Amino acid sequence: MIPLSYYMILSAIVFVTGVVGVLIRRNIIMLLLSIELMLNATNINFVAFSYYLGNIAGQVFVFFALTVAAAEVAVGLAIIIALYRGKATVNVAELNLMKW
Amino acid sequence: MATLSFFYFGSVIVLCALLVVIFRNPVYSVISLLVMFFHIAGLFVTLHAEFLAAVQLIVYAGAILVLYLFVVMILNLQQDDSYQRQVKWGLGLGLLALAEVIAIISKAALPDEPAQSKTAAAAAGEAATVVGNTEMVGKALYTTYLFPFEVASLILLVAMIGAIIMAKKGIMEPGPLRESK
Repeated sequence: MIPLSYYMILSAIVFVTGVVGVLIRRNIIMLLLSIELMLNATNINFVAFSYYLGNIAGQVFVFFALTVAAAEVAVGLAIIIALYRGKATVNVAELNLMKW
Repeated sequence: MATLSFFYFGSVIVLCALLVVIFRNPVYSVISLLVMFFHIAGLFVTLHAEFLAAVQLIVYAGAILVLYLFVVMILNLQQDDSYQRQVKWGLGLGLLALAEVIAIISKAALPDEPAQSKTAAAAAGEAATVVGNTEMVGKALYTTYLFPFEVASLILLVAMIGAIIMAKKGIMEPGPLRESK
């Protein structure tokens, strides 16, 4: 049987990949995709803990994480489309409206 | 068998996660994320979370990624899509965080075997009233977690209204944005 720590290390690798993606990519769509990676890493952790601790609550929390991910994608992509209409770019380096 | 399937799913998940970040073309990234979601669903099945595996496929692969593909294709990005200047810093920070997490996990007292209660209950021969995974999730969702469940529906409603308003024509076009360029 696989130890729980293997699942946690897998999830940590995927999460860190998402963090690095947010740090190094310029395209704002890629930033949202990296955030999806991070959310999925947490989902792996939740399900693994739910199985190893024999508690269904972990799976219920994945359900809520899924809801939040869906809401985040809908609003985030709408913001990207509005930004693209206004500035004609998706490069985060050029989106400096809030800079003073 | 369980070990083999874990290592297969795990290695494909890690590979696809890396490809998502590495690919320069957003469409390739989205497709590689799709492959990753399928393998995460497979991992959920090996962890006896069949309901979540199905939901993962339907919601993530079916709905969220299609939305991403739509937006990537609507925007039709032809510009140079390079990385930020601080690639080295990003990689360094990522590796540092990863090393930290692995150090913590290796020291933590985590269970090596699944909880006894589940396997014991299965072994005790509750064949007459064997409860499926979907039933268990549903029961927890509609009893213990009823209030968060309602809040989740509210979140979805707000997201829907917000998306419609944000994507409406004329929210970003007029005024200072154009002039500032």
